[in-house]
Amino acid sequence: MAEKNIHLKINGMEVEAPAGSTILEAARIIGIEIPTLCYLKEINEIGACRICMVEVKGARGLVTACVFPVAEGMEVFTNTEKVRKSRKGTLELILSTHDKNCLSCVRSGNCELQKLCKEFGVDDPDYYAGENIRYAFDDSAAHMVRDNNKCILCRRCVAACDSQCISVIGANARGFDTHISSPFDKDLADVSCISCGQCIVNCPTGAIVEKDESAAVFAAINDPKKFVVVHTAPSIRVTLGEAFGMKIGTNVQGKMVAALRRLGFDKVFDTDFGADLTIMEEAHEFLERVKNGGTLPMITSCSPGWVKYCEHYYPDLIAHLSSCKSPQQMQGAVIKTWYAKKLGIDPKHIFVVGIMPCTAKKFENKRDDQSASGLPDVDISLTTRELARMIESAGIYFRDLPDEAYDNPLGDATGAAVIFGATGGVMEAALRTAVETLTGEQLASPDFTEVRGTAGIKEATYHVAGMDVKVAVASGTKNARVLMDKIRAGEADYHFIEIMGCPGGCVNGGGQPIQHAVVRNFHDLRSMRAATLYEADKNLPLRKSHESPAIKMIYEEFLGEPGSHLAHEVLHTSYAARPKYR
Amino acid sequence: MLKKVSKLPFQGTECQAQAFADVIAQYKSDPSQLMTVMQKAQQIYGYLPFEVQAMIADGMDVPLEKVYGVSTFYAQFALSPAGKHSISVCLGTACYVKGAQAILDRITELLGIGPGECTEDGLFSLDACRCIGACGLAPVMMIGEKVYGNLVPEQVEGILAAYRDQ
Ligand code: SF4
Ligand code: SF4
Ligand code: SF4
Ligand code: FES
Ligand code: FES
Repeated sequence: MAEKNIHLKINGMEVEAPAGSTILEAARIIGIEIPTLCYLKEINEIGACRICMVEVKGARGLVTACVFPVAEGMEVFTNTEKVRKSRKGTLELILSTHDKNCLSCVRSGNCELQKLCKEFGVDDPDYYAGENIRYAFDDSAAHMVRDNNKCILCRRCVAACDSQCISVIGANARGFDTHISSPFDKDLADVSCISCGQCIVNCPTGAIVEKDESAAVFAAINDPKKFVVVHTAPSIRVTLGEAFGMKIGTNVQGKMVAALRRLGFDKVFDTDFGADLTIMEEAHEFLERVKNGGTLPMITSCSPGWVKYCEHYYPDLIAHLSSCKSPQQMQGAVIKTWYAKKLGIDPKHIFVVGIMPCTAKKFENKRDDQSASGLPDVDISLTTRELARMIESAGIYFRDLPDEAYDNPLGDATGAAVIFGATGGVMEAALRTAVETLTGEQLASPDFTEVRGTAGIKEATYHVAGMDVKVAVASGTKNARVLMDKIRAGEADYHFIEIMGCPGGCVNGGGQPIQHAVVRNFHDLRSMRAATLYEADKNLPLRKSHESPAIKMIYEEFLGEPGSHLAHEVLHTSYAARPKYR
Repeated sequence: MLKKVSKLPFQGTECQAQAFADVIAQYKSDPSQLMTVMQKAQQIYGYLPFEVQAMIADGMDVPLEKVYGVSTFYAQFALSPAGKHSISVCLGTACYVKGAQAILDRITELLGIGPGECTEDGLFSLDACRCIGACGLAPVMMIGEKVYGNLVPEQVEGILAAYRDQ
């Protein structure tokens, strides 16, 4: 704070910027966006792509604004002929090795490279054309496809994977042969990628995309023999709007339900029901472990990226994972058992689609031991982005849709379920139920604010029924690693831990709408999206999972008690150690 | 150039394992010594196949991809073992002009391996090199220490056969 400010001029205008700012940051103060491609704040400051070049008076040649610090009296020019020519040349060079098939590219319209080419009038994309390497796609993994022919070698994906402490992709070879791949150029399915999709949301182009499964969903909808049921994860309602140009953090729950009906789904349910059910089972499992000397700390298992991480990197600690299926899988399991019976429909005619913030959900629904009815609990998992494209391609005018309500009873949920979408939300929801179950008394307030917020690791101790319950919350596998190392070393005295694979939790999942780096670098997407979830929780009449009438009904009619034999058969699963490389 | 990764099964000895363990023990607390460890591992094993890189990654507690990235970036690291007889074809200017590429192509045709690779029986490995200072004899190749000059593709088969029979 004591640092003094620096005075400089940008395009002739006086600017005052904190010492240590880059030219890029200083320019934003007066509303000038210098284009960037490789720059990701804090995680990829490598000054490699050279699109952000600006002129600095007295400097020899142009400088890279993304890493060049401001200095007292500096004079910067961001838009001279020289600068514009340099940027255009950089783009032409990138295009010389680029597979320019914008017509059908998934990222068309949302591609950072395409946008810059348009802005700088790159009208001769073959300016530097020469011989090019044709790379094979890597579509080996369940969740994503890598296409190096559209890669601009900005290394943002590598930085994203590194900041998850996974590092299964990197830049290999050198010179003209440099390319992004896994060690020994193995398929992604043969290395310990956790399917988090953080590389996808950070890629400026169409070089990494989720594996699009929307065609199978359209086909099911158009098949008259199929009863197609969709359910949407907690966070989708606060992110889907972004794909239609709406403000970050807009709650579009009503429009989303309306759009899903117009797409032709037979029932539109809320995964929040599955989340409430998860809390019932998980809180019960936790109390059982405490009572019976089971493995502690118990760790949540809702995030399939995190679960896969644990199986690859901490196979010795699998016993700590809760045996509860995730909300997506619980929801599907209940649809194909209880709900199918209620409706008198053979589950083999039911097709369940989950709309998820997460690419790892595409891996999760194909796991073993995820088929309560003998059929997969969930048939297809789509990301928020795939849903947005389906809505677009069906000609549905999203922004003008009326607000509609979910179908019953699997569309009924409490505020506890809504906050699952943010880091700390599952812990808070579980505490609301566990504490009331333990004490038999109503909580004075359902808020456990200590576990909220975007900090990577949060800790709290609650005094409940004569016992100190110590909890921890981590998001992003880099932070998970810190807690797991502590457990492995026998230094952790927690009872209950929530872990989400993505930094910030599902609101920042790898399946969420892509915001360009210029937005990601200067806005905290995680807290902007999460704030809307907490707002929704606050405004709901019921905020504790065990108070939900739909939850009471399913236990009365079907499951009996939390943790019952039937509950175990339908709602719980198992895990297996996985090797790091094959 | 893209490096070829050996498909030959890796065979390490007890003795090599011990030497490698000593290297790791010495450097494992300092990740900045990754290059040094890789160089020493290559001295011990002759090359850096998957198994050796995985041991380096585990020993140094760095991701395997970081080791692989370094091994494919720097020319000094080999991902394929040297054969009993290492063939080196000069692609320097003088040799190239006099048809070195045809010599290289003929060897590839006969042995089924390209530059940077080793035959399955471990007998021959092949590389292309820069000028070795024997331009007067262009085109030139070396097998081990022995230099062969004024080559024409037709000679290659006979020369290789002599090594095979040794
Ligand atoms: S990555 Fe961008 S520029 Fe390349 S084809 Fe796709 S939309 Fe076009
Ligand atoms: S795949 Fe995407 S993020 Fe990764 S280097 Fe290529 S363009 Fe950049
Ligand atoms: S999905 Fe996650 S773990 Fe896999 S390569 Fe991408 S960032 Fe790395
Ligand atoms: S060099 Fe500045 S954004 Fe890439
Ligand atoms: S160019 Fe081949 S020896 Fe000089």
